[in-house]
Amino acid sequence: SALAMSSAATTPPSVDKVDGFSRKSVRKAKQKRSQSSSQFRSQGKPIELTPLPLLKDVSAQEQPELFLKKLQQCCAVFDFMDTLSDLKMKEYKRSTLNELVDYVTVSRGYLTEQAYPEVVKMVSYNIFRTLPPSDSNEFDPEEDEPTLEASWPHLQLVYEFFIRFLESQEFQPSIAKKYIDQKFVLQLLELFDSEDPRERDYLKTVLHRIYGKFLGLRAFIRKQINNIFLRFVYETEHFNGVAELLEILGSIINGFALPLKAEHKQFLVKVLIPLHTVRSLSLFHAQLAYCIVQFLEKDPALTEPVIRGLLKFWPKTCSQKEVMFLGELEEILDVIEPTQFVKIQEPLFRQISKCVSSPHFQVAERALYYWNNEYIMSLIEENSNVILPIMFTSLYRISKEHWNPAIVALVYNVLKAFMEMNSTLFDELTSTYKSDRQREKKKEKEREELWKRLEDLELKRSLQSDGIIPT
Amino acid sequence: MAGADSDDSLYPIAVLIDELRNEDVQLRLNSIKKLSTIALALGVERTRTELLPFLTDTIYDEDEVLLALAEQLGNFTMLVGGPEYVHCLLPPLESLATVEETVVRDKAVESLRKISHEHSPVDLEVHFEPLVKRLASGDWFTSRTSACGLFSVCYPRVSSTVKAEIRQHFRTLCSDDTPMVRRAAASKLGEFAKVLELEYVKSDIISLFTALASDEQDSVRLLAVEAGVSIATLLPQEDLEALVMPTLRQAAEDKSWRVRYMVADKFSDLQKAVGPEITKNDLVPAFQNLLKDCEAEVRAAAANKVKEFCENLPEDSRETIIMTHILPCVKELVSDTNQHVKSALASVIMGLSTILGKDNTIEHLLPLFLAQLKDECPEVRLNIISNLDCVNEVIGIRQLSQSLLPAIVELAEDAKWRVRLAIIEYMPLLAGQLGVEFFDEKLNSLCMAWLVDHVYAIREAATCNLMKLVEKFGAEWAQNTIVPKVLGMANDPNYLHRMTTLFCINALSEVCGQEITTKHMLPVVFKMSNDQVANVRFNVAKSLQKIGPVLDSNCLQTEVKPVLEKLASDQDMDVKYFAQEAISGRIKKMKRNRK
Repeated sequence: SALAMSSAATTPPSVDKVDGFSRKSVRKAKQKRSQSSSQFRSQGKPIELTPLPLLKDVSAQEQPELFLKKLQQCCAVFDFMDTLSDLKMKEYKRSTLNELVDYVTVSRGYLTEQAYPEVVKMVSYNIFRTLPPSDSNEFDPEEDEPTLEASWPHLQLVYEFFIRFLESQEFQPSIAKKYIDQKFVLQLLELFDSEDPRERDYLKTVLHRIYGKFLGLRAFIRKQINNIFLRFVYETEHFNGVAELLEILGSIINGFALPLKAEHKQFLVKVLIPLHTVRSLSLFHAQLAYCIVQFLEKDPALTEPVIRGLLKFWPKTCSQKEVMFLGELEEILDVIEPTQFVKIQEPLFRQISKCVSSPHFQVAERALYYWNNEYIMSLIEENSNVILPIMFTSLYRISKEHWNPAIVALVYNVLKAFMEMNSTLFDELTSTYKSDRQREKKKEKEREELWKRLEDLELKRSLQSDGIIPT
Repeated sequence: MAGADSDDSLYPIAVLIDELRNEDVQLRLNSIKKLSTIALALGVERTRTELLPFLTDTIYDEDEVLLALAEQLGNFTMLVGGPEYVHCLLPPLESLATVEETVVRDKAVESLRKISHEHSPVDLEVHFEPLVKRLASGDWFTSRTSACGLFSVCYPRVSSTVKAEIRQHFRTLCSDDTPMVRRAAASKLGEFAKVLELEYVKSDIISLFTALASDEQDSVRLLAVEAGVSIATLLPQEDLEALVMPTLRQAAEDKSWRVRYMVADKFSDLQKAVGPEITKNDLVPAFQNLLKDCEAEVRAAAANKVKEFCENLPEDSRETIIMTHILPCVKELVSDTNQHVKSALASVIMGLSTILGKDNTIEHLLPLFLAQLKDECPEVRLNIISNLDCVNEVIGIRQLSQSLLPAIVELAEDAKWRVRLAIIEYMPLLAGQLGVEFFDEKLNSLCMAWLVDHVYAIREAATCNLMKLVEKFGAEWAQNTIVPKVLGMANDPNYLHRMTTLFCINALSEVCGQEITTKHMLPVVFKMSNDQVANVRFNVAKSLQKIGPVLDSNCLQTEVKPVLEKLASDQDMDVKYFAQEAISGRIKKMKRNRK
């Protein structure tokens, strides 16, 4: 909002004489490009910071004290939407932050116990803020540019400083845990909703370091991520940092001890799998699939619930998502154990048979590519007596009627492969194809018949209860 | 149901259950949607003993199927044998109330709420309340979330011991570990408070409200705002200040804009709930702050409430408060940097004139209206235009038009066609109140100019506008002022303008009557049947069909018919088609007349 103010001041009101149905991207271009947090409630007087000497210019004994003073100065937060205010002081804070970054990287013996609360305070003052409203109710990740954080020149250095601090050799988690606590982590996690990808990238590193160094916070972090995801899936469908959080989880899952705890399995089935239902899946699907496969490599017995979950949430109308699901399924099949495959093959291939006959050629094509995968082929071959009858009807039909010649060609190859695999069954299915169809039609008719009779009955009873015909 | 026994045997449950188990989701869905038919076929006994257990056991299905099931079960009371047996429906609904998908769960809760009323007080304690308790202490957040919506329906009808338990469960959920559950509890807090005895509202609800309103998550805090409004309506005036106001004041200044937005959004309800004294002392400054909030979203929400807030101010101090506290903020919002804020204001600002009366409106509001009428954002201009009538009532049309006319003339030529359209739609009203003379002098030329607008929708609206004007000013006026101009356009080099003549004739013939139509319009239409553009010619055919009813049958036979016949042999396919349509349409009509 504050930016709208500055742009209104610099650009003249738009004079468009033509009636416009301009493209969204064109319209958007006029809108704000960057934004600031909504923390500047009352722009008070200008901020005055008294310049301090450089740390390298004072004696080693004086350094810790000066370090604290500089941290305190950096708690002052500037309004970056107002590009003209406090220019000198903004520059002073920038150079001080730069100095602090260098200082924690190279110095030794600077980290006194008193420094910890001051560092955390400075970081908190700068990064924790209410994120501003976003335009993203119509945000299209394919077309729209993310809105960038205006105060990035300072914010970046604060993040940089904090990471160096966490990574410093002198850093002692046992002292820091008094200040980097659950409340701190909670606020940190909320920032992952930032629209600025640069900020989310830094946050990812910060959270990863905290997860690595603070054992006591691990369960809490996982639980809060759980909550963020559940809210994302079931309440808002909006959270910008899902991909980043999943990326961190990918490495966390990698480190889970075996056997997996019930809590972790629940996370897989009740949180990760439902994440597939979200509209914006494409924004984090790669990271999500990675997490899923990590789980399955840890514990193959989870294959069945995972695949059943995917089948339950299989996209009904969005072909683009269907292609993603097929891709993920192939990744899973790549690592599946034959014993697990047998457990799930029937529902799985019923779905694949539907995909293969999808009128959307990209879906059909993606499913048919499974037959190029040697490992999957070997699994199919071992179980052809089960899979072939499931697939046959679809394949046979498409080979006759799909509109896309490339699909028809692929289907011929698949049919040929099946024929070579199990020619007896193949011939049998071919010869009974017609009679099977007729049997299906007959069943269909019987069903209609049944419902018709039931409806008649219902009608009769309602007439009876209305007293129109005698009981 | 004695006579139904023989029918029942026709439909063994196995067949029906087979349908419910079909591999095809669509078929399962169809069967579930006809679950009442199945139950009817089975009869109440077998529905209870066979169908319901089956449904309870097979709850793992597609969410779409579950949703249909949850809905059906809410209407199943008679199918299981009436209120006496309604508790049989609880097990499947309990499972549905624990599933992940929100829509399914919500529907299950809705159905549970519905059938709760059909339970006898005893059954409510024996069957329903234990279910609520089980849900409230479920492992996974979904069941606890569902439980939140069930407390208020059973509380009023159970014994005081059970009531105490229910209050305890609700308290626990308000401080649940997961924010999802706290959100659910916060959103049901107001409804629960309403069924509680006042002493418990004061002792229990207030502390829960205070805690939720200072939750660490803003998504919880913002839901507490609405609850706060409900609670405020329940408390006696003297308790409000101590029990709810501190929390509400804090919400109005919350650091999260979402919470402040919620306060702005609920402001009118809040105002009604707390009464005039608190409004004067607390809400007025709070409202000022919201109108000046740093986030545009909050300002827009507050701007939307300006009229309602002012309307509901206590009468004795209303004008003073508006003039000294609200109007200065409103003036600033008129030139806000954000168009949503301005547009929200524009949609209500005109309503202030009735509250402030004529003199204040002219002195203070008119300049604001004029500024918004000239706003660069079309939505703002539109909102002002479409509310002109409420100002009209206060200051009179003459005053209004004198000050607004220049702006209206400017908008009549606005670059955005939707704005022009809105102005056109306002014309008949303006014309009716200004009278013929004023209209002819100031607005007539505008109305004619729209007929040659480059956007079809505007030309179409302009045509319709002419018809409404003639309805107001009469046929004679039409003949003298607009008909000549309309007919003149028949010679325009642009065929779109020539067609506009035809469209005008279509619209005007009936209101102008037979004489004008036959004497003045018809010859022009005939002449246009020789137009070189086929679109004009087939529109001639359509026009002739349209104005046919106004003409006498002699004229139709001797003049119209030959022209149509000529067009029916036109070389252009479309012209032929529409001419034939017109001829057959005419014949049908004549036949009908003969009968």
